[in-house]
Amino acid sequence: MSEKTNDIIICRCEEITLGEIREWIAKGYETFDELKRVLRVGMGPCQGRGCREMILREIAAKTGKPVADIHPGTFRPPAKPVKLAVLAEGGDK
Amino acid sequence: MRQTEVLVIGGGPAGLSAALEAASLGCDVTLVDSDLALGGQLIKQTHKFFGSKEERAGTRGFKISEMLLEELHGYKDKIKVHTNCTATGYYKEDGVISCVIGEEKYFRIQAKKIVMATGAQERLLPFPKNHLPGVYGAGAVQTLMNVYGVAPGEKVIMVGAGNIGLIVSYQLMQAGVEIAGIVEAMDKIGGYWVHAAKIRRMGVPIYLRHTIKEAIGDQIVKGAVIQEINDKFQPTGTEIKIDADIICMAVGLTPTCEILWQAGCKMIYVPQLCGHVAQRDMNMRTSHPDIWVAGDAAGIEEASAAMVEGRIAGVGVAKSLGHGNASEQAKRLEDYKGRIADLRGGEVGQKICQGLKVCTVNQWEV
Repeated sequence: MSEKTNDIIICRCEEITLGEIREWIAKGYETFDELKRVLRVGMGPCQGRGCREMILREIAAKTGKPVADIHPGTFRPPAKPVKLAVLAEGGDK
Repeated sequence: MRQTEVLVIGGGPAGLSAALEAASLGCDVTLVDSDLALGGQLIKQTHKFFGSKEERAGTRGFKISEMLLEELHGYKDKIKVHTNCTATGYYKEDGVISCVIGEEKYFRIQAKKIVMATGAQERLLPFPKNHLPGVYGAGAVQTLMNVYGVAPGEKVIMVGAGNIGLIVSYQLMQAGVEIAGIVEAMDKIGGYWVHAAKIRRMGVPIYLRHTIKEAIGDQIVKGAVIQEINDKFQPTGTEIKIDADIICMAVGLTPTCEILWQAGCKMIYVPQLCGHVAQRDMNMRTSHPDIWVAGDAAGIEEASAAMVEGRIAGVGVAKSLGHGNASEQAKRLEDYKGRIADLRGGEVGQKICQGLKVCTVNQWEV
């Protein structure tokens, strides 16, 4: 693949490129959660809304598995960033 | 902790319909929407709807939104609305939902029943320099133009010849913006013929079996190189350079399901519905006995179908709470199911129905 393609930013929140994602898939990190742990993809403000699909398609292309068989990873609250101070106040009654 | 009988998450066509239906049968409803105004994507849809008369074919999207909001006004005692309010989490231990209003206000809410009508998110394509200013999603272009009255640029390359790509191209032309071309990876136009014909009559080239290879530009978009692809979507060589200051992506949507995943609903990947969706019964109840789903969050379809699904979910929720009488509920469900079957009667509907077969169960085991 060309250098230009490897430079495409896939996870914009954490600035992770397609090249980095390919490098780690080649090392055997073939699930979204594993890539998340090593690269922080999907851990920024958008929580993977932008990059998740593209990464799943890339895993499918590289492993030959259908997208349907690739788990999109674990979803935990909060779905968008919440300031710690706001949480610490505990919310209204 | 706040309490509500029914929490509807998402105030687009599906969520509004679900809230109205549940309230009309006697439920107390709280409706939260992350946007500043209710109506979801309807508020930016200036085109006339297709579909059926019951679902307001021939009416423009934003007018349909106004009608739903007027109906909502009649239920101000039954439906409590929070806008600029995002549901951020479902906590399995106690079924509590957390919400933030803006970025500074936080509350937790316990609902007896929840309708997830969180809509969809736009798909993106990875290509070199797709981070440049000037690369837009079609939703953003519609918001700029149709909600705020701002033209996004002067010359646009549209990626995707589905209905959204075609309609937004036409609206851009109405706003005086030039369409340099429409690029489509498939070998045929995905959207309705009538939309495509309008565009072709105005001399806009539609490049079938082409994809965007890269954006051109340093600080901002100056154009793009598009390339012919074969039936395996591999590039075959012929490249065309097109000047433009906007690249607009209309390559599809995928259901927004974070909270359904968090709640442990059974999910399944259904390509015809454009991604992972919750399995549901005939009344849109998920595998979680207190959670229903409706609209694009349940599978990508048109707003007219989303509205009927919302109505079905609304009746389902009311029924489970014991609101309304059984014969009224049955009558409404029969009516809505007939209407949604009509909407899905066409060629596009066949694909949807195939997808629905995969993710719909007759009844959840008790």
